[in-house]
Amino acid sequence: MLIDHPLLGPRDASEFIYMGDAKLLNRPNWKSQNSKTKFLDYGYLRKNPAGVHKELWYHEQGDRSWLLVTRNTVTHEILKVELARDTKGK
Amino acid sequence: MRNSSHPITNKQKLSFTFNGKKYFGYRGDTLASALIANNVKIVGRSFKYHRPRGIFSAGSEEPNALIELGDGPYKEPNTRATNIELFDGLEGSSQNFLGSVNFDFMAINDLLKNFIGAGFYYKTFMWPRRFWEKLYEPIIRRAAGLGKLSLQADPSQYDKGYLHCDFLIIGSGISGLMSALLLAETGGEVLIVEEDFVLGGRLNSERLVINGNQSSNWIRQAVKKLKSLKNVQILNRTTVFAAFDHGIFAAIEKKTDHILEKSSKPRQINWKIYTKLCILASGAIERSIAFPQNDRPGIMLAGSVRTYANRFGAYYGQKIAIYTNNDDGWRTADDLKNMGLEIKAVIDTRKGIEALSSSIPSYLGQTITKTYGRKGIKAIKLSSGSKLNVDCLAVSGGWSSNIHLTCHKRGKPVWDNKFKNFLSGGNGQKDKIIPVGAARGIFEIQNIISDTNRVILSLIKKLSLSMPNRITLTSSKEQYSCSLDLVSSSDPSNSFIDLQNDVTQKDIELSFKEGFKSVEHLKRYSTLGMATDQGKTSNILGLASMAKLKGTNISEAGTTIFRPPYVPVAISAFAGRSRGKDFRPTRLTPSHNVASKRNAVFVETGNWLRAQWFPEKGEKFWRQSVDREVIQTRNSVGICDVTTLGKIDIQGEDCSEFLNFVYTNAFAKLPINRVRYGLMLREDGVAYDDGTTARLGENHFIMTTTTANAPLVLRNLEFVRQCLLPNLDVHLISTTDSWAQYSVAGPNSRRLLQKIVDKPKDITNENFPFMACRELTICGGIMARLFRISFSGELAYEIAVPTQYGNALFDALLSEGQEFNAIPYGTEALGVMRIEKGHVAGNEINGQTTAQNLGLSRMISKKADSIGNILSEREGFNRSDIATLSGFKPVQRNQKLEAGSHLISAGKKPTMENDEGWLSSVAFSPTLGHYIALGFIKRGETRIGEKVCAVNLLQNKTTEVEIVSPHFIDPEGDKQRG
Repeated sequence: MLIDHPLLGPRDASEFIYMGDAKLLNRPNWKSQNSKTKFLDYGYLRKNPAGVHKELWYHEQGDRSWLLVTRNTVTHEILKVELARDTKGK
Repeated sequence: MRNSSHPITNKQKLSFTFNGKKYFGYRGDTLASALIANNVKIVGRSFKYHRPRGIFSAGSEEPNALIELGDGPYKEPNTRATNIELFDGLEGSSQNFLGSVNFDFMAINDLLKNFIGAGFYYKTFMWPRRFWEKLYEPIIRRAAGLGKLSLQADPSQYDKGYLHCDFLIIGSGISGLMSALLLAETGGEVLIVEEDFVLGGRLNSERLVINGNQSSNWIRQAVKKLKSLKNVQILNRTTVFAAFDHGIFAAIEKKTDHILEKSSKPRQINWKIYTKLCILASGAIERSIAFPQNDRPGIMLAGSVRTYANRFGAYYGQKIAIYTNNDDGWRTADDLKNMGLEIKAVIDTRKGIEALSSSIPSYLGQTITKTYGRKGIKAIKLSSGSKLNVDCLAVSGGWSSNIHLTCHKRGKPVWDNKFKNFLSGGNGQKDKIIPVGAARGIFEIQNIISDTNRVILSLIKKLSLSMPNRITLTSSKEQYSCSLDLVSSSDPSNSFIDLQNDVTQKDIELSFKEGFKSVEHLKRYSTLGMATDQGKTSNILGLASMAKLKGTNISEAGTTIFRPPYVPVAISAFAGRSRGKDFRPTRLTPSHNVASKRNAVFVETGNWLRAQWFPEKGEKFWRQSVDREVIQTRNSVGICDVTTLGKIDIQGEDCSEFLNFVYTNAFAKLPINRVRYGLMLREDGVAYDDGTTARLGENHFIMTTTTANAPLVLRNLEFVRQCLLPNLDVHLISTTDSWAQYSVAGPNSRRLLQKIVDKPKDITNENFPFMACRELTICGGIMARLFRISFSGELAYEIAVPTQYGNALFDALLSEGQEFNAIPYGTEALGVMRIEKGHVAGNEINGQTTAQNLGLSRMISKKADSIGNILSEREGFNRSDIATLSGFKPVQRNQKLEAGSHLISAGKKPTMENDEGWLSSVAFSPTLGHYIALGFIKRGETRIGEKVCAVNLLQNKTTEVEIVSPHFIDPEGDKQRG
């Protein structure tokens, strides 16, 4: 697979570490009610859809960017690649 | 037999051996063509029934002629004779026989054929169940098999390479060459990959005329033109064996397989090709017909008989019959007749057609009902009853487009009823693979020329590239039509469908009867198409047969799909140069050379090689060295390379907020030039890593991590920085390799360092107390960082210099330390001293323990959020009876302890229910003179003095131990503060 890195252009998937569901970006507030339950969900429940999926890839053998990749897990088509830090709060 | 007037006989004569016998061939031969020219009829034995088999095809689709090539460690099993380029000195041999290939003792299986059909092994050898693995399977595997490995390491080199292009063209037949010529004119980078050692594809096998000349003239011109272009690269002897996502392909190039002398060049190169588009000009593969006894040596694909005659001047026989269900079989008859061979008959299964050649005896609408000649075909019998004596039978069941690669990304083929052929049904993703020519189901040369022009020109138009002129070629006219008469109705148990896996028509019928009717079930039940050739010549036969049994047609019955690799690829080619010690890089510490000179014994820790201990004269046993290193360090001073610990440089205005978040304990108030111990948790509350972090400036910290976790901690810090706290001003970089760092430990460590640093007063106890750090200069102006931290419990420092000074500093510390008897110590002594002091390491922070287990729960600050903070509050982590870090010593002081032993209360049975903890780290303490251990036991801190049993069920050993404080030496820490 090729991942079109927003800063570096297309890079081979072997340069990346795959970290799965991009839900990990949405860490619960530690002061919120039921924070323990929310952290358990955050830690253990991941989506694994057949189809379009937002996921995290880390360019470890590259510039160490964390990327938010929108990928179709059935066709492996990559629809969008963003720097994870740019997507926070959106 | 060889046609002595064929041009190949003017080439260099080559000698080779096959099954130990010497033969001659010519440069330009394949092993298969040379064997045919030398009248070698039997080349192998079949997989299951051990029937004699001869060469069947002329390409990588070959099911029969699997050869062990080469000798000794160079031996490669299961190569196809049809793909092996002949060279002087080649050594090949048959495989899968007992005795000789001409008289195989295992042929008894053939007589038992009626009993050992599809599923036989699974049905018969199920009972008793335990016999399968130990008895049945090994015997069956020995009997039914392929080639044998040499069981020696292959000394050849294999390599990997990367290629980038705009257009990858697979195949160099007429459509491939035309595509290359057209696409090269767009200016794009073109890469042509050809499996054969010559370019031209099918044109080399035919007597076609292009532009009024032999087609070889046109090939020569086209190749010359392409070779002159800077944007065209041609790789021959290279097979594209897999298609991956986003235009990535894998290809194997046989670089020196065709050369006897083992050179320094790699034997094969495994190419990874990145392309924007792929043009699939892989041609078509002929298929067989299933009829009784259709596997005898001398029964070959008709197109291949033609290839051997036209390209190599090699004839398998002189009295030839052709059995066909399509027009193409007739072309073989024509070509061979023109060469003066006797064509006994063309048997065409089709009724109501007219003979395509009037001068050849033809039998229309007939089938072959029997053949004769176990070790080489002698005669055939037709449905009309006539018997014909022949010595070669050319069979054509029609042609299948070679769409293997379009299936690799799960593209499902679609049926073309016109030519009775599966076509690419797309390849699952944005049409990155574009078939042309025969691979696109176009079989007549005049149509291939016009269609390739059309497909490629419209592609170029679609891509808005500069438009080349169409290629005008005049050619011979071909005519092709095909029927689906692929399976005979008589003698199903002798009508072979899949030659490589010995699947017969009867097996298909059995599969149908037992309910395995879908093509996917049929494949797995009968093993149809599951051999190394993936059924390239046989799948359609099986599918047609099943469709017929089900009373449907082949397009409804569907097809299974092909998988990578297109041809078998040696594992060595995937490993490339990553073999042995080159499997992964070896990282050497800055003191490696000094340590080697002092005969250090090294240990692998991750990729690092670290000195484990430094044996001195007279020391015979590792513990002698380790004990001495510990005692000498504790008595005076020792030096240990700790460069391998991860170092992460953290800078920015918000560093302290960042550190507060990644560590459980607070760092914001850490003064400049101070060090603090930090604990990291995972988000699930389990302990993750620990280390010290030093503050060098208001906005500058140096974090250390454990050796093993160095890359992982950086990955997680980057996650926090970019994904959780992106608004903080924090910058991270690993400086593990930039700084050489040594621990200098022992009561004389300060005095030694004062000889090294430029301003000795700076490091007095008052100016540089425990947990201080600073940047300073040493040895006359070399920058250094000094940290007063202790892993051993002694007065100790860690000193860091830029890596290039590392070797010199290690030397300097040892020579300046001579007056104190300073010694280097290795990881074993390091470990012993940290266990004596009660410091935790990887054995304790092993991914299964929490801050509570480690007795560090007070380190989780509740004033601020941090990774793992909330989930560390989980009930289960905070029960009163959790196992906590404790020290242990044997009650009988002379007894040995074993790490991993489980702890059971005195008098209880060693069961899971009674398990109360375990020993994690064990060492002999030379300081105390007996074994000691760190470990975890329920409510450990309340049980000091209690005696329990350390049970090691693996060695059936029980040792009585006493629970003690984990700090075996200097529990108050006076030494390290002194």
